[in-house]
Amino acid sequence: MLATTSDIKINGEALYELPQDLYIPPDALEVYLASFEGPLDLLLYLIRKNNLDILDIPMADLTVQYVQYVEKMKAIKLALAADYLLMSAMLIEIKSRMLLPKPSTIEDEEDPRVELVRRLMEYEAIKLAAQQLDEMPKVGEAFQVAHAYYQHIADIKPPEVSMDELVLAWQNVLKRAKLNANHRLGRAELSVREHMSLVLRRLQADGMCAFSELFDVKTGGVAKLVVNFLAILELAKEGLIHMTQQAAFSTIYLQLRQADERT
Amino acid sequence: MREPENITEMKAILEAALLTAGQPLSLDELLKLFAGRMERATLRMLLDELKQAWEDKSLDLVQVATGYRFQAKPELSAFIARLNPDRQPKYSRAVMETLAIIAYRQPVTRGDIEQIRGVSVNPNIMRQLIERDWIDVVGQREVAGRPSLYATTKHFLDDLNLRSLAELPSFEDFIQDEIAVED
Repeated sequence: MLATTSDIKINGEALYELPQDLYIPPDALEVYLASFEGPLDLLLYLIRKNNLDILDIPMADLTVQYVQYVEKMKAIKLALAADYLLMSAMLIEIKSRMLLPKPSTIEDEEDPRVELVRRLMEYEAIKLAAQQLDEMPKVGEAFQVAHAYYQHIADIKPPEVSMDELVLAWQNVLKRAKLNANHRLGRAELSVREHMSLVLRRLQADGMCAFSELFDVKTGGVAKLVVNFLAILELAKEGLIHMTQQAAFSTIYLQLRQADERT
Repeated sequence: MREPENITEMKAILEAALLTAGQPLSLDELLKLFAGRMERATLRMLLDELKQAWEDKSLDLVQVATGYRFQAKPELSAFIARLNPDRQPKYSRAVMETLAIIAYRQPVTRGDIEQIRGVSVNPNIMRQLIERDWIDVVGQREVAGRPSLYATTKHFLDDLNLRSLAELPSFEDFIQDEIAVED
C-alpha cells in the first residue's frame, strides 16, 4: 500500500520503516493519510497491520484512534473528511450497540460488525484486483498492434473547381493580406518555381491542404502572395496537383496528383 | 479482379487485410473479403493455419474481444517501445479501483462504486475511463434519479489482450483471510 515510504520525509529525514503498530508519529500523519484511498482503506490498514496480529476488531481502541485521525483530517481537507466522519459514526454506532445489554427477546440479531467486515473484505479484494489490472500487459505498452500501410483509393471522383471560385478565393486571400499589411524594406528573391516546390513539399507532408492555408498573409507581403498563387496555378496546369471543392464557395482543397493518374 | 481459387490465395487475402487493419477484424468482417463465398468453419480453419504460419515470425495472430489482429511478439515490445520513449502516464489508485469495481461488479452505478470504495467518486475518474473507451453507460437503474449503469467495453478487453471478461483473474483469488470477529 505504502510502497513509496522512502519518499516520505519527516523534518527532512527520510522515513524507511512503516509503523509496527497503530501508533503513527503525529508529524507523519498527514503524509500517511494522503496515501489512503478513504476510510475503508485506512481501517483495513489498521486491522491488517495490527501489531498484536489479532484478526478481531478491537472496537474501543480503533474508534479512539480513528477519531484522532479524523480530527487531524478535518484540519487538512474538509471535503475528504466527510467520508471519514461517516465511517467514524458507523464505528461508534457499532461500539455502542456492543456495549448495550442484548434484550433476551432478540436473539438472532446479527452482529453489527459482520456487515463492516464484509465491506472491508470486499474493498480489500477490489484493491488487489485494481493492482492486478494495473500490472496486466496492455496494448501500446506491452503489445504493439500491426498496422501495415495500405493506400485506400477513393472511388468517388471529387468535384472540379471552377475558375471563378478560384478567383474569389484569391481575392479573399488578398483582402486578408491587406488587413495584415506591414511595410518591409528590401527586395525578396521570389520565383514561381521555388514556390511551386514549397507548395509541393507542403502537400507531400500534409497530404491535403486548404487553399487559404497555403498563403502566409501575415508575413508574406502581396508580391509573395501573387507568386504563390501563380505557383499554384502553374502546378494545376502541369497536372501536378488536384484542386477540389465540395460545394460552391466552400473551402478549396489541394492535394498531390498521384503518378499513375497523370496524363 | 479474380476471386481466389485456392487456400493459399485465400490466406494471402486474410493476411493482407489483418495486417493493414490496425484494429481487430471480426469473423463477419473477414467474411466480407470473400463476398459470400466462404463458410465460417473454413474461415476459422484458415485463421488457424495463418496463426501457425506466423509462429516463428515477428508477429502473432491473436483473437481478442472484437476479433482477430496481428501484434508484435511480446519479447519485441521492449525494443519497439524505444521509438516512443514517453511512457504512458499511470492511472491513480482511485481510477484503477473504480475500473476494477466496474470490471468485476458490472453493471454498477456510481453509488455502488462509492459504497464499495467508501468514498465519493470524483467525476474526473469516470471521465478518464470513458475517454479511454474502457467503460461506457449501458443503461439506467430504475430507481429514483435513474442513475447510469456502467460496464466495461470490448475495447477494454482488446487493450488487455482478452477475449472475454471470463479471462480476467478470478475475483475469488483476491479475497484475503477472513477478518475474525470476537465475542
